[in-house]
Amino acid sequence: MKSRSGETGSTAVAFAMAVFLIIFTAVTVYLFAAKPTWGWFPPPITEFGKQIDAQFHRTLVITGVVFVLAQLGLALAIFRSREHGQKVSFFEGNSAMEFFWTLATVIMFVGLGLYGEHAWAEAHFQGAAPGALQVEITGQQFTWNVRYAGPDGKWGETRPELVSASSGNPLGLNPRDPAGKDDVVSPVMYVPVGREVELLIRTQDVTHSFYVRELRLKQDAVPGMVIHMHFNATIPGEYEIACAELCGLGHYKMRSFLNVVSEQEFDKWMQDQETALQQQ
Amino acid sequence: MVTHESGGHHHPPTGFIRKYIFSLDHKVIGIQYYFLALFSVFLGMALSMLMRIHLVWPNMKLPFTSGGQMTPEQYLALVTMHGSIMVFMVLTTAPQSGFGNYILPIQIGAEDMAFPVLNMLSFWTTFLSLVVLTSAFFVTGGAPISGWTAYPPLSALGQISGPGEGAGQTLWVIGVAIFCIGSLLGALNFITTTVDLRAKGMTLGRMPLTLWSWLVTAVLGLLAFGVLLAACLLLLLDRLAGTSFFIPGGLVVTDTPIVSHTGGSPLLWQHLFWFFGHPEVYIAILPGMGVASHILSTFSRKPVFGYKAMVGALCAIGFLGFCVWGHHMFISGMSPYSAFAFSLLTMTIGVPSAIKTFNWLGTIWGGKVHFTTSMLFALGFVSLFVTGGLSGLFLAQPSIDLYLHDTYFVVAHFHLIMGVAAIFGIFAATYFWFPKMFGRMLNETIGKIHFWFTFVGVYCIFMPMHFLGLAGHPRRYADTTGVNFLAPLHPVHYFITMAAMITITAQLLFLFNFLYSLKAGEKAADNPWNATTLEWSVPSPPPFDNFAGHVPVVYRGPYEFSVPGATEDYIPQHLTPERVGKAH
Repeated sequence: MKSRSGETGSTAVAFAMAVFLIIFTAVTVYLFAAKPTWGWFPPPITEFGKQIDAQFHRTLVITGVVFVLAQLGLALAIFRSREHGQKVSFFEGNSAMEFFWTLATVIMFVGLGLYGEHAWAEAHFQGAAPGALQVEITGQQFTWNVRYAGPDGKWGETRPELVSASSGNPLGLNPRDPAGKDDVVSPVMYVPVGREVELLIRTQDVTHSFYVRELRLKQDAVPGMVIHMHFNATIPGEYEIACAELCGLGHYKMRSFLNVVSEQEFDKWMQDQETALQQQ
Repeated sequence: MVTHESGGHHHPPTGFIRKYIFSLDHKVIGIQYYFLALFSVFLGMALSMLMRIHLVWPNMKLPFTSGGQMTPEQYLALVTMHGSIMVFMVLTTAPQSGFGNYILPIQIGAEDMAFPVLNMLSFWTTFLSLVVLTSAFFVTGGAPISGWTAYPPLSALGQISGPGEGAGQTLWVIGVAIFCIGSLLGALNFITTTVDLRAKGMTLGRMPLTLWSWLVTAVLGLLAFGVLLAACLLLLLDRLAGTSFFIPGGLVVTDTPIVSHTGGSPLLWQHLFWFFGHPEVYIAILPGMGVASHILSTFSRKPVFGYKAMVGALCAIGFLGFCVWGHHMFISGMSPYSAFAFSLLTMTIGVPSAIKTFNWLGTIWGGKVHFTTSMLFALGFVSLFVTGGLSGLFLAQPSIDLYLHDTYFVVAHFHLIMGVAAIFGIFAATYFWFPKMFGRMLNETIGKIHFWFTFVGVYCIFMPMHFLGLAGHPRRYADTTGVNFLAPLHPVHYFITMAAMITITAQLLFLFNFLYSLKAGEKAADNPWNATTLEWSVPSPPPFDNFAGHVPVVYRGPYEFSVPGATEDYIPQHLTPERVGKAH
């Protein structure tokens, strides 16, 4: 190839490129290995969350190895192939290497996928454990409302035309339905620690998404559907519920709290709510 | 195989309008598409800059906002329009319709595309689509706030669900529908041209990988855009004609019952949208893969490593691209059993992607690399493709997606792989083919400065976003004050915004280089890179009918570099066996 402008300093450019790729790889590996507190998962509060974290780490290790090999391989290939008076080694491929590489990635990637499926299966293929506490959460622009069936264990009827957040009936509970008399509606969620909870996720208007980082759980609330999820939180505390699906201009501030409390505290909270209902 | 008869069944037009505006010449149309994308990419970048500024300095007075301060709905309008303009008007348009239109007919040895009138119509349809789409900014309520994915019912209920959901969203749906029509016409033309108009000797096995990638992309476009068109028409009917394809009954929006709709399914839109949307990712990136392979081989002075495997991987990615749309919907409420299948199929796409990466390294390995700006962008493409691709392995697993879905981790992933990697493909192609298209060289010094700012810059923008996602930061949040756990992430946002400002400013270098070289760049030779494919056998820029009546004949494969025994280190495809080894 005849020399032209822009091709001088081949070694310098090759060196710069290789050095940049090495630094970039090192910084990336360092950051992902250091798990900076500002940019990492909060500790999980469910057994299920621990499984997800474990699968995340397996994926991180495998992709990390491929990442380092590929980026450094690229850096090495660039530096080795800089113009330094060498002859080009002419080859058009290597079927054995292609085959080996393909087989290795099939085993690695598909194996990883198969390995991760049981956490998903536990979340979705199994229903909630018997005796689970049923809690309904309903999204609407831009708040969450949590409902408990009350002592009778029955959900009261709701009607779209009765919905009126301004007059204190955000879910449209039918006042004539006796099953709804004891239904507790709250802007925050309380659950007892260590007890299986079955969530019924609903929305009144557009699609929202129920998201609690510490539960490692996210589920869209889809108009026209009631979606069941379940969890068992083992560490008491107050956790934020955020909306993870774009739902309109107030999406960024559509949040609530999940309070995981002792069984006694939960019973007391529930009793307070029921007392407040009687007084209405 | 039908070959174009030489002897000019169409003559070069003389009037300005027929020559430059409503031109039938694939080269003019390619340049028109390129300029449309160039305008759009700067518009899209400006929108992202406003978003980045707002995230860090929410109280800053900005132009085009009410009372000088950006409202949440204006932020979401920027999100929607940035995504729509970048995906449709830049990533779909520049690599395929722009370069494909200009280069494809010359590379296969044809005088023009198979259907020149259709070609002109597809450009003007796309132009109309851009006008309709951007006009959404100027109507009452402003541009839509439902994102480029436009999930109903938010996008279907009209003004009641939010500002921008009135006329703005209607214009968006119409604009995208028009774009689908333009893309369908283009895809049809690309496929027909590649199948029917190849020169004698240009067998499938001798096609440059750029041609293969344009062909596979056109097939994807033909199958995907029809589905999006249908989805857009249904959404339009829901909005304007009172139908309920996507709107179920019993909805209540801000205490107002929606009584006029019943029986629709929001998930139906998601299935239709992503049946288009996932192949769309490959529509954006496949031409970049073709271009990267082509340029890596040319400037390494070595044949592509594993040509057949590369073609196979392109086809495999194209095919699998239609089988994985459900991985966008793991938490959407669709059957969790199907998530299992979508997940494994998605992990499988990693295999052909890994083959490509491996073969790119094999192509460089043992070569003699000429570090032109074009080559640097192609090398950057490989690095970005690896980085952006690997994060996909996290998101492909539904269990991990339970946490990462709709966080900044996803934003980092798709920007690196379909945004920036594809843009690097476009840059590599621009620096490579500019001499052919405009007859002048781009300035290599400015080009290299542009490369370094861009390469370092995009990694500084998008790598930290992974950590925002790991911290659980949901995307499409107009503000970080609504949720407590976002407060500690402000410094990360600050860093990203700084990096974005520098990187975007550096793009002015490219714009300057482009405009300056157009006028005053060094005159380009016919074959300045000593490349092998047919476009380099004709003058820069090529004459009206590309080959001036001499129909080329192809004698060999596309990547005969450094063939042992040959006197030159490249053998052009059109060179007869007798002339090999003699001066050419």
